[in-house]
Amino acid sequence: MTAVAQDLPGVADATTDALLSVDGLRVEFGPADAPLVAVKDVGLTIAPGEIVGLIGESGSGKSLTCRSIMRLIGAPGRVTAGTVDFEGRDVLAMSSKELRDFRAHDVGMIYQDPFSSLNPVMRIGDHLRETLRANRGMSKAEARAEGIALLERVGIPDPERRYLSYPHELSGGMRQRVMIALATASRPRLLLADEPTTALDVTTQAQILDLLTDMRRELGMAVLVVSHDFGVIAQVCDRVCVMYGGHVVETGPVERIYADPQHPYTKALLDSVPDMESAGNPVRREGIPGYPPELTDVLPGCVFAPRCAHARPGCTSVPMVLQPVDAAAPDAGSTACPVRPFSVGGPFDPVAGSPPDPVAVPVSPQPAAATAAMTAAETAARAQTGDPGDLPAPGEARITQPTDQESTR
Amino acid sequence: MTLYVLRRLALSVGVLFGLAVVTFFMIHLVPGDPVQLALGGRGTPEAVAEVRGQLGLDRPLLTQFGDFLGGVVTGDLGLSVAQNAPVTEIIGQRLAPSAILIVYGLFVALVIGVPLAIIAALRPNGVVDNGIRLVTTFAFAMPAFWLGLMLALIFGLSLKWFPVSGYESGIGGILRTLTLPAVTLGLSLAVVVVRTLRSSLLEVLQTEYIDAARSRGLGEWRVVGRHALRNAVMATITVLSVDIGFLIGGTVVVESVFQIPGAGSLLVESVRARDYELVQAIALIAGAAVVLLSLATDLLQATIDPRVRLAKR
Ligand SMILES: Nc1ncnc2c1ncn2[C@@H]1O[C@H](COP(=O)(O)OP(=O)(O)OP(=O)(O)O)[C@@H](O)[C@H]1O
Ligand code: SF4
Ligand SMILES: [Mg+2]
Repeated sequence: MTAVAQDLPGVADATTDALLSVDGLRVEFGPADAPLVAVKDVGLTIAPGEIVGLIGESGSGKSLTCRSIMRLIGAPGRVTAGTVDFEGRDVLAMSSKELRDFRAHDVGMIYQDPFSSLNPVMRIGDHLRETLRANRGMSKAEARAEGIALLERVGIPDPERRYLSYPHELSGGMRQRVMIALATASRPRLLLADEPTTALDVTTQAQILDLLTDMRRELGMAVLVVSHDFGVIAQVCDRVCVMYGGHVVETGPVERIYADPQHPYTKALLDSVPDMESAGNPVRREGIPGYPPELTDVLPGCVFAPRCAHARPGCTSVPMVLQPVDAAAPDAGSTACPVRPFSVGGPFDPVAGSPPDPVAVPVSPQPAAATAAMTAAETAARAQTGDPGDLPAPGEARITQPTDQESTR
Repeated sequence: MTLYVLRRLALSVGVLFGLAVVTFFMIHLVPGDPVQLALGGRGTPEAVAEVRGQLGLDRPLLTQFGDFLGGVVTGDLGLSVAQNAPVTEIIGQRLAPSAILIVYGLFVALVIGVPLAIIAALRPNGVVDNGIRLVTTFAFAMPAFWLGLMLALIFGLSLKWFPVSGYESGIGGILRTLTLPAVTLGLSLAVVVVRTLRSSLLEVLQTEYIDAARSRGLGEWRVVGRHALRNAVMATITVLSVDIGFLIGGTVVVESVFQIPGAGSLLVESVRARDYELVQAIALIAGAAVVLLSLATDLLQATIDPRVRLAKR
């Protein structure tokens, strides 16, 4: 089986020729001496032309991560650590002129609610003309022609008429198409899409996702798709990053994550979406019990422990570090859960409060390094002896399952 | 848009008619005889009857009202008993200084208020924002007559940049004689502009379309001055249009301080002289000004924000 704590870089799937690489990103709110940390040590890489998904429950820090890439975190939020590297340039260190250039030419962004992301008192054409003139130095007439061409490219019927429309005169899907036209007006190499389809109905959602993949092919543009819907991610993404409580807890190719999740949170997330194979007769799925942590909750060890069906004593001292899923296959991604395979032993029973069945937990070929990380071997050993000394004391009772089984959404 | 303008125009005509009815009957139905009062209560019955005949007050009320309305439409507002001259003529001479003063004051308020509001909103609660708040609050706390006197003292008497009283027509004359009064009027109004515009700018700056504009690489001045301002001015326009009554009241004070022969001081004079025809005409004109300004405000807002045209239909 996989080595649990090997001395490998945290971000296993970092590629040298990455278009974007985010590393050690930290976003804080609140007073500097007692900050509320919303994004913790987040790393993320996107290769040119790749579509990467960012998935997680509400409040997990997806939007903040996305915005940090463009340095669009408004006060009182602030990035306090980490680097955002775009083609060798450090975005976080750019001057305001460089930053404007970067936003104007290299990266575009679309939002969840296409109505509130268009200025209600400006015509569609005003938006396009302004952007094209400012970013591509076009004359009025050129900008008009190009603007109409852009609207046509994103599939807006009757683009001449729509050029003169106001945002409120368009449907949600059309507005999102306009946003895509605007965000890609200067042919950026990266598009950040923050929940681009959440506000749309299912049919429109599929059309917008198709448009995004088309545009990616046409422009050779990389896309970061933020979503809390695994269906959306599975449909368009090559790779996915799973976020929980401000951390990336698992990354990897979509197929691998879908078929063989290596973090209990990913597994729970997958179990909570309707089975895609049986779309015609949806299986009733259970949500993840309990609630995601608040910014004010500072959890020791694994952030998912309070809700994890596979939590064991010692999870509260596991550092949140990504480890390769398979040392032999760096492309398979990485996970922050050192207890693997976690699924062996069956789900934690919240009523009985019994620890998971330890028998099947395999012994790791080599013990963990001097880190506080708990190895599967230790887990097995402790559980087998039933050592009560390692059972969570009332003070650290976070590791116990919340008794309410209510779905989070 | 056309439909909206037509509806709005029809409404204004209706309000103006109502205004005419109210002013007319207020004067004619209140107890007491205006002619008696105008003659100081000492007029002989013959003299009163003569004046009544002269003014057409002996005819049936409805006939009088018809005449009054006809007069309003053709611009004939009757005779001033006290000054023995046509009301239209008297007001005509005094209207221009007041109208110019109000427009000039509004202009000063916007020129001072809008940039300050933008600067304050760019760094809310910063040093500059707090400085602006302090200064504008100070200006607002000063009564208009005192502010006017101080300005006259500094820029008129000491520096001798402007005369301290009187009125001259023509561009040069207006700039010379109305600048201090307009600044007096504009300063207190500028506070209102800064306050409302700053807070609505801050609200607008939180919205996603501002974020989206920034994400397209647009500069901060463009984002604030174009994207945010166009949305934020709506509240300021509304507040200013409500404040137009305050402006007219302020004009009366400022005209007295700077001795400008405007409609405000005329109102004071005619009330003192119990010149009912004149008071009635000024009230009517002031009312009409408010109605027309609110019409202009609505049309302006409909031009800026397309949703107004839908919502207010
Ligand atoms: N301006 C702010 N002030 C304080 N906390 C904030 C602010 N903006 C975001 N947060 C907090 O940061 C955390 C992460 O927010 P973020 O918007 O990134 O979540 P998300 O994963 O995008 O969730 P959603 O699916 O709801 O969009 C949340 O707990 C949120 O409460
Ligand atoms: S470390 Fe423990 S609590 Fe955290 S996900 Fe893994 S098994 Fe669950
Ligand atoms: Mg979000």
